[in-house]
Amino acid sequence: MMLGVHDLAVTRGGIAILDRVSFGLDAGEALILRGPNGIGKTTLLRTVAGLQPPRAGRMDLPPEGAAYAGHADGLKATLSVTENLGFWARIYGQSDIAPALAAMELETLADRPAQNLSAGQKRRLGLARLLVTGRRLWLLDEPTVSLDAASVGLFAAAVRRHLAAGGAALMATHIDLGLDEARILDLTPYRATSPGSGQGGAFDDAFDGAFA
Amino acid sequence: MLALLLRDLRLATRAGGGFGLSLAFFLIVTVLVPFGVGPEGGTLARIAPGILWVGALLACLLSLDRIFALDREDGSLDLLATAPIPLDGVVAVKAFAHWLTTGLPLTLAAPVLGVLLNLPASGFAWLTLSLLLGTPALSVIGTFGAALTVGLKRGGLLLSLLVLPLYIPTLIFGAEAARRGAEGLATATPLLMLAGITAGAVAILPFAAAAAIRVNLR
Repeated sequence: MMLGVHDLAVTRGGIAILDRVSFGLDAGEALILRGPNGIGKTTLLRTVAGLQPPRAGRMDLPPEGAAYAGHADGLKATLSVTENLGFWARIYGQSDIAPALAAMELETLADRPAQNLSAGQKRRLGLARLLVTGRRLWLLDEPTVSLDAASVGLFAAAVRRHLAAGGAALMATHIDLGLDEARILDLTPYRATSPGSGQGGAFDDAFDGAFA
Repeated sequence: MLALLLRDLRLATRAGGGFGLSLAFFLIVTVLVPFGVGPEGGTLARIAPGILWVGALLACLLSLDRIFALDREDGSLDLLATAPIPLDGVVAVKAFAHWLTTGLPLTLAAPVLGVLLNLPASGFAWLTLSLLLGTPALSVIGTFGAALTVGLKRGGLLLSLLVLPLYIPTLIFGAEAARRGAEGLATATPLLMLAGITAGAVAILPFAAAAAIRVNLR
């Protein structure tokens, strides 16, 4: 088991939004999170990535952790494509960025500053970053935003290669990636029943009570 | 770690990176003072250490909000927080990069600007030494303030209000060391206090700043 999530409850801005989420992810598997806007897909991914603490529950992650890709790509406008990607590669202790550039078809743009890229090209560069992390578990938040059909195909192929190499991916997306083998988890049944029942709610009650 | 330092230095020296902005601000403030208080040499020589220290401090303040705000906007901060390097280390490296691009140039420029303020020749070495010892504290305290305000839109003014009071001890001992040096008095006590403030800030504040960033990223 690469990622195990047990009875996880997550909060956004102090309000409980998801409760008792449990799922597992093995090597070579992809899991797609579905649900309406605001259900908590991003919050769940950020919690698994360790950017915010869970309200309750337990997560079992591989010791080397996961590679997280959020809504923003983490690109510096004044650095070139190679410099941006090379920076992240060195942060993760890797040195070879050529395969990642090739996988996302960025070779012809290698020396161009990131500020001169189109939205889709920036996104491709952001996704190429995942390939240089060397992490086995990918956490992807809407990875296909502003990608055209051909780029979505590139990305799906990269995910498939990652899975075939023993990796795993947990992603929130609305569009069909053509990853037929991916399992789908609909988050709607896990919606927290009373949104005010988080720690914030209990605190507010006590706070109001003190002045009543 | 080294990659992060090199990236920050590279970003600072690229277009719009802000390198030189603090230095130009320092120059203008120092040039304005003789216009304000008059060109009388004795008065200028007396206030020169204090003016140079206040000018360096304000120039340092200018670039603080860039330390984390830009990384927050483009998502790099989230990615750095999940990267395999400790967040305390990220903070320490960013503070060091800020000092290299702000504190160090200010320290090197200060003696030149001292000429404009008629600083006595005996004071140049002491002014440089006090800035060299004190500006790291300015960068580290400022990085801590930037970490506290990283989640806020337009947090620059709040950042100044938070950080300026924390700069007071550094200013007092830094300016005192430079003034005593210029007047030929013993400087050991204020210099030791200044070094102590810097050592304490460097030892403690990166951890506090990393904790503040973790809270702000939630």
